Amino acid sequence: MTSQLKLSITGGRVIDPFTSRDEIIDIHIAEGRIVGVHTPPPGFQPDRIIDARNLIVSPGFIDLSARLGEPGFAQKGTIHSETAAAAKGGVTFLCCPPDSRPVVDSPAVVKLICDRSQQTGFCQVNPIAALTQGLEGEQLSAMAALQEAGCVAVSNSWLPIKNNQILRRCMEYAATFGLRLFVNAQDASLAAGGCAHEGLVATRLGLPAIPESAETIAVITHLLLAEQTGVRLHFSQISAGKSAQLIAQAQRQGLAVSADVAIHQLLLSEQNIDHYNALSHCQPPLRSLRDQDELRQALADGTVQAVCSDHRPHEHAAKSEPFAETAPGISSLETLLPLTLKLVECGVLSLNTALQRLTQGPAQVLGLPCAGISVGATADLTVFSPTESWEINADTLISAGKNTPFLGETVAGKVKLTLLMGRVVYED
Amino acid sequence: MTADSQLQLNSKGQLRHFLSLNGLNRALLTEILDTTDSFVSVGEQAVKKVPLLRGKVVANLFFEASTRTRTTFELAAKRLSADVLNINISTSATSKGESLKDMLQNLEAMACDMFVVRHAQSGAAHFIAQQVCPDVAIINAGDGRHAHPTQAMLDMYTIRRHKGGFAGLVVAIVGDILHSRVARSEIQALTTLGVAEVRVVAPKTLLPTDIEGLGVSVFHSLKEGLRDADVVMTLRLQKERMHSALLPSEHEFYKRYGLSRDSLGFAKPDAVVMHPGPINRGVEIESEVADGVQSLILKQVNYGIAVRMAVLSMTMSGQMATRIKSS
Repeated sequence: MTSQLKLSITGGRVIDPFTSRDEIIDIHIAEGRIVGVHTPPPGFQPDRIIDARNLIVSPGFIDLSARLGEPGFAQKGTIHSETAAAAKGGVTFLCCPPDSRPVVDSPAVVKLICDRSQQTGFCQVNPIAALTQGLEGEQLSAMAALQEAGCVAVSNSWLPIKNNQILRRCMEYAATFGLRLFVNAQDASLAAGGCAHEGLVATRLGLPAIPESAETIAVITHLLLAEQTGVRLHFSQISAGKSAQLIAQAQRQGLAVSADVAIHQLLLSEQNIDHYNALSHCQPPLRSLRDQDELRQALADGTVQAVCSDHRPHEHAAKSEPFAETAPGISSLETLLPLTLKLVECGVLSLNTALQRLTQGPAQVLGLPCAGISVGATADLTVFSPTESWEINADTLISAGKNTPFLGETVAGKVKLTLLMGRVVYED
Repeated sequence: MTADSQLQLNSKGQLRHFLSLNGLNRALLTEILDTTDSFVSVGEQAVKKVPLLRGKVVANLFFEASTRTRTTFELAAKRLSADVLNINISTSATSKGESLKDMLQNLEAMACDMFVVRHAQSGAAHFIAQQVCPDVAIINAGDGRHAHPTQAMLDMYTIRRHKGGFAGLVVAIVGDILHSRVARSEIQALTTLGVAEVRVVAPKTLLPTDIEGLGVSVFHSLKEGLRDADVVMTLRLQKERMHSALLPSEHEFYKRYGLSRDSLGFAKPDAVVMHPGPINRGVEIESEVADGVQSLILKQVNYGIAVRMAVLSMTMSGQMATRIKSS
C-alpha cells in the first residue's frame, strides 16, 4: 500500500447524506481518517491540498452488486481490473454476488476474494455469501462460518431454491445469526427459457419472454416467509413496478424489508432490446416504460433505498451470439455516477437524494457502521464534477467489460478523485 | 429509416439482406411479387434456368431440420444458375465448441456470396448480417419464433394471384401463433400490403402477450374469427405443445380450432384456405379441406420456388451494388 499522505480537500461542496451536510467546506485527512471538517486540527500540515472548487465531495459510493469476473471468469474481468473500474466510478465499497466459480460458499473463497482485493487496494470488497451449498438450492450453506469470515449477507443469486420448505429454513437459519437475505426475486418456472420482458417488443421479435409475474410471485412468497421467520430481507435489482408496490405495502405494515434497483432499469426499457441489441440483454430483463416510471417513483419516495450498478463485465464473444444465447448484463461501475445524475437532470431525484441512494441508503441495507464525513470517520470519499462531460466508449472504460448499451453516449458527471481510507485510489 | 431497413437495404433502397419484413414498405413488397410473376413462367418452360446468379455461390445453412424450405431454396438458386452448397449443420457443431460466428467466418472465407440461414434462435439472421458477414447477402429462411419472410411473401403472392389484390380482404390466421415465425411475418406483410383486417384465432395459451400491438384483432372463437373471412391461414400445431400444458389434447384443439368443412362454412363462400405445411391432417385441418377446391396449399409450394428466385436475385443484385460502391 502506498503511504498515507495528509490531505486537505478545499473549496468543495460537501454533500454528506450521513450527517445531512450540504455546504462548501474544507476537509482534512490524516492516517486514513477525517481529522478535521472546516478547521484542521492544531498544527495540521497537509502534504497535499486538493482544490475542489466547483466539485462535489461525497462519501464514497457503496455498490450492492458488482461482479468482478474472478474467481472463475477471468476472461470477463479480474479483481484488479474491476476494482480499479470501481475506483474510477467513485465506488469505495462493493458487494460481489456469490455466483463466482467456485461459489462463495466457504470461508476460503471469502478469504480469497478479500485478500486479493486488499492486495490490489482499489476498493473494499464484501462478498455476499451463498445461501445454499453450491447455490444448488438444497442444503444450507455454512452461514455462521461465512459470517465469521466477514460476510454480512447471504443470497442464492438467480438460482432457484428447490422448494418453499427449504427457503423457509434458509430464512430461519440466516435470521438466527442476523444475516441479511438478499433476494433476486424470480419464479424459476415462469422465467424458464425467457430472455426478454413479456410484452410487445418480445412478441414482435419472437423472443421467449419472462412475465412480470415471475418476479412479483417470488416477491410475495419471500415477503410472507420473511414475516414468519423474521429474517432481514432485501430485494436485489427489482425490475417490476408492481414489486415496488408490494414492498411498499409490506414496509407500511412494519416489515423490515429493503430493495435496490440497477441503474439501467431506471433509464432503459424493453425498447432498448429492439433489433436484437444484445448489449441491452439484462437479467432481470429491461421492462416496460411504465415499470421504469414506477421504479423511479419508488426510488424517489424511499421504498427503494439504493441504486446499484449490477456491474457484469463480459468478454466480446459473450455478447456476440444470437440474442437469447448472449450473456446478460452490463458493464456499469464506471457509468454509475453519470447515469444516476441523469435522474437528477430529469427531475426524478434531487442531487442530495441521488447521493443518499448511492451512499447512506446502501450502507443502511448492509448495516455498515459508516459515519459519513465527520471527524474520526474513515476517509472513503469521492470527489466529482457534476457537469464535466465525457464519452462512454471502449477507450474511456477501464473495466475489462466494454459491454454497455451506452457506448458512444456523452454523459455529464465525472469522478475526479477517489479516496479509500485516505489513499488516492483514482485520480482523473 | 428504421434500423431494420438500414440493415437490409442499400443506399438506393434495394435489398441487400432479406431478414424480416419489418421496415420494408409496400412498394418493395409489391416489387417482390411482381418479380415473382416473371419467374413463375420460368418454371413452366422446358429449360427451367435463367443466368442471373451464374458464377455466384449460395450456401444453404440449415441449423434446424427442414425439407421443403431447403429444397425450394436449392431449386430457386439452381434455376438462377448459382452454385449451391448444402451444408448440414447438425447440433453437434455447437457441441464441438465452435461459435456460430467462427463457423460462418470460415464459410465466408470460402468466398460464398449468399447465405440462406435457418436457425432455432430468434434474431440469428440479424446477428449474422450485423456482426458476422455484412458483405455476404443473408436470406432468413426462418429464425426461432421471429420471422420467415420468404414464406410470408409466397403466401402474399398466392393471395394476390387468387384474390386479385389485398384491398378489402379479411384474413384469419388460425392456430399456434405463439411459436409461429410464419404468423409474425404474415401479419407484417398483410398489414403493410393494406388488407382490411388481420385476425388471429387461437386459445390464450397459443397467443403471445400484446399481439394486438402488431395490428391484429384477436379471436378465441373460430366461428367469430372466420366470419366473412376471405382468406383462412392455418398453422401447423407441433405435437410437443401438448406436453407443456398449452393444450389438453389434439382432439380438443381440433374440435375448437381445427379447420373442417363445417367451420370453413363461417367464412365467405369463396374463401381460400392456406397452410405453410407440413400439414397435420385431423389436427389443425381436415383432409377434405386440405385437398378441397378452396385449398391453395399445393399452389403455395409451387409459388415458393418463384418467390425465392425473386428474393435471391433482388438481394444479390442489391448486395453486389453495395459491394461495388464500397470497393
